Amino acid sequence: MERTRWEVHKIKIFFKPDVCIMKLARIIPRKWGTFGGYRYAHNVSTKNSETTPHEAESSIDSVVPKTAPKVGIQEPAPSLKQGSFAKRIFVGDFDTGLLTYPEVLDKERHETLHDMLKPIEDFFEAKVDSRKIDADAKISPALLEGLKELGLFGLQIPQEYGGLGLNATEFARVGELISDGSVAVTLAAHQSIGLKGLLLYGTEEQKQKYLPKLATGETIAAFCLTEPSSGSDAGSVQTRARLSPDGKHWLLTGSKLWISNGGIADFFTVFARTADDNVTDRSTKRITAFAVERGFGGVSNGKPEDKHGIRGSNTTEVFFDNTPVPVENVIGQVGDGFKVAVNILNSGRFSMGSSCAGAMKKMMEYISDHVINRKQFGKPLKDFGLIQEKLARMTIDTYVMESMAYLTAGMLDSGLYEDCAVEAAMVKVMSSEMVWRGVSEAMQIYGGMGYMKEQPFDVALRDVRILQIFEGTNEILRLFIALMGVQSAGKQLKDLVKKLRNPFMYPSVAISKAFQRTRHTRDAPSLNLNLKSFLHPTLTKEADLLEYSVLRLQYAVEIVLERHGSKIIDQQLDLQRFANVAIDIYAMTAVLSRASRSYCIGIRNAESEITIAAAFCQEAHRRVRQNIEELVDGPNCDEYVSDLAKKVVENKGYFCEHPLTRTFW
Amino acid sequence: MALRALVGVKRVVDYAVRVRVKPDKTGVVTDGVKHSMNPFDEIAVEEAVRLKEKKIVSEIVAVSCGPTQSQETLRTALAMGVDKAVHVEVTGPEYNNLQPIHVAKILAKLATEQKADLVIVGKQAIDDDCNQTAQMTAAFLDWPQAVFASKIEKEGDGLTVTREIDGGLETIKVKLPAVISADLRLNEPRYATLPNIMKAKKKPLEKKTPKDLGVDVSPRIEVVSVEDPPTREAGAKVEDVDQLIEKLKKLGRI
Repeated sequence: MERTRWEVHKIKIFFKPDVCIMKLARIIPRKWGTFGGYRYAHNVSTKNSETTPHEAESSIDSVVPKTAPKVGIQEPAPSLKQGSFAKRIFVGDFDTGLLTYPEVLDKERHETLHDMLKPIEDFFEAKVDSRKIDADAKISPALLEGLKELGLFGLQIPQEYGGLGLNATEFARVGELISDGSVAVTLAAHQSIGLKGLLLYGTEEQKQKYLPKLATGETIAAFCLTEPSSGSDAGSVQTRARLSPDGKHWLLTGSKLWISNGGIADFFTVFARTADDNVTDRSTKRITAFAVERGFGGVSNGKPEDKHGIRGSNTTEVFFDNTPVPVENVIGQVGDGFKVAVNILNSGRFSMGSSCAGAMKKMMEYISDHVINRKQFGKPLKDFGLIQEKLARMTIDTYVMESMAYLTAGMLDSGLYEDCAVEAAMVKVMSSEMVWRGVSEAMQIYGGMGYMKEQPFDVALRDVRILQIFEGTNEILRLFIALMGVQSAGKQLKDLVKKLRNPFMYPSVAISKAFQRTRHTRDAPSLNLNLKSFLHPTLTKEADLLEYSVLRLQYAVEIVLERHGSKIIDQQLDLQRFANVAIDIYAMTAVLSRASRSYCIGIRNAESEITIAAAFCQEAHRRVRQNIEELVDGPNCDEYVSDLAKKVVENKGYFCEHPLTRTFW
Repeated sequence: MALRALVGVKRVVDYAVRVRVKPDKTGVVTDGVKHSMNPFDEIAVEEAVRLKEKKIVSEIVAVSCGPTQSQETLRTALAMGVDKAVHVEVTGPEYNNLQPIHVAKILAKLATEQKADLVIVGKQAIDDDCNQTAQMTAAFLDWPQAVFASKIEKEGDGLTVTREIDGGLETIKVKLPAVISADLRLNEPRYATLPNIMKAKKKPLEKKTPKDLGVDVSPRIEVVSVEDPPTREAGAKVEDVDQLIEKLKKLGRI
């Protein structure tokens, strides 16, 4: 019924004269209430919007709920919190606060953190043999014990529950040192996702009961979301939970796929459908999160999967057969499982940036001997331009990863932001791709020698490959980044559209917009954000490149939204461009902010940081310019993309005739 | 009778770091270089902690002489199980010329002050390789010494210590109080665990200066020059033994 009303409004809108601007209206979710004198179908608040079953089909929101949190996790005083940086840049609203690189640790925490680093580093140096872990496809029980003793299983669990209570920044720093992929994934599956539900949504009783044992690693945790038919589309889980007749237990039945720690965990965060059958299938309220002990009964697991990389991490199928879970073991509220899952995943992603940076730093240390000592044509490798280029590229990439990771961690720790889900996704996408490229280039520098199993590149390359796939594939995350931005831009643009529709009431707005756009058609937006005033003067030029990028993104968002309206959801290639631009902007912000700080306070090698920042900003700016051009007025290859893809599908494969094919003799 | 132990820990350039000589040849580059506890001192700390776990020792005090950063090393010791720490602050040129004799005087003073029955130090520091501090400390205190220990056992009122000497082991008995220096095979030090590092923050760390202890740390020796070891020259291959002998003769080696 509501949906019909929505469509009626759309039709009305199309009969209005200034169709171009009106198209914008289509992307404005119904919940914004009035628009241009029309009262929209309903005026639901964010909170109960999730109960609307039709939402999925009807607005820009529809894709977002599958991956995006609607309600922040900790909202003690939401009014004080700022919207996320990433969402705001889509409307050209740049949060200059981020140009001051965060310093969240006081002297004592800083010291304690740095005291922790050496033992961890020494432990990994002495006890962790990545090649052996890879070859055995197992982390030895002795090593696992050692990791537990060291205290790595309770990093973010508060001290009152026996953990270390590290904040995001500290967690990220420790994560850099977890230099083995299999160990890193085992630990991440345990605490970044496996037990995170308890930290975020657990009741005091649940925390008291489970966290102390999880903190010491006596109990290992796993996160059970993915199912054979439910991968990126996390909302479609089939595992069922039925309430027992006496109402005291939920009975879980179903199977979960590719569960990290599946075979070694005794604690599972499990997502299952609890909704009645008559609730429509697309409702987001049909899933619930449960804290399940292996000892509840009916829990079993398959053999460890034989994987491409992170082979030592224990990945299995996990089966639940009428597993009785006490009702008090529901995590969050019944029906809130989707929100719980999404927030757990969002809160875990940020640390990938520092882990990747850590891996790259180790790689660079490893290859440095080779480039100094290996001689070809009578010269050491270090004197060849093409090798130098690789070293420079790795340095820049590592710097970018670090800067983004600690900026995001700092934002999380500041408590000033609603959530950093989009920023964390950006960090994940950027760093997973950079580290893949970096390790591959390191192998390339070693040439044929690098391809041999005895070198660390083989294991490293296979290990880092997973990063682009798990915790949300980079494709899904790019859509998420772009849609979150576009969605929030749509909200903001509502007001602008209202004014632009009424140029006589708001002449100055109309004129300034017209002027702005002429500048943009010449690819020369007037730089009015004055970002350079927040950075060291050495970085003035780069600040302008950043500002250019921000303004161009804003312009492109307006143009593309006018063009596609709510159909933007289906323009995946455009969304990808938006995501790439936004990621580049965030990366530039992080890099400039950090380099400026380093230079101002006189950190060792700060002048090189300035060089790195300059180099990265130039490249990022070039990419932004091209992406915006392709978004706004082409030319782009999107049409060929869909044509060719269609043909591949029709022909079930490559379809061009063989080059030796002859049509005549 | 449970004993009180004093353990000396030195902050040194980490063993894995490739040291570089300063351009002015006054020493090695230490700025921005990873430092850690002298590995032999780690063994000393570990031994003290094990003695405490065996209830032979009741309290362990760690001491380190050096700049503010030495407190990091002390915190590592605290995290490994030491009860309290004393930082004797020595900085600048005085620190650059701090010699075993100074440290031995400081340790001797502190041993008296802290009523220690046992002083355990590493046999030598991996930066200057002096191997003198334990011996000098024993001399200043006029206590028996058991250096290069590879095994320590309590026996009656004294200790039975197995020492690593050239060509074998020597077992001696020492009366307490005594000074011991730890050799490589005495034990395998534990890793400071992260929860213990956090707890270590709450343990007491006392700051002192050599002056407080009445120790004069003015330099006794002067470093003239620190140089890199000569780089190894490239070798050459010879066809057979005759050629080898001929070549060696030519070089005047045989």
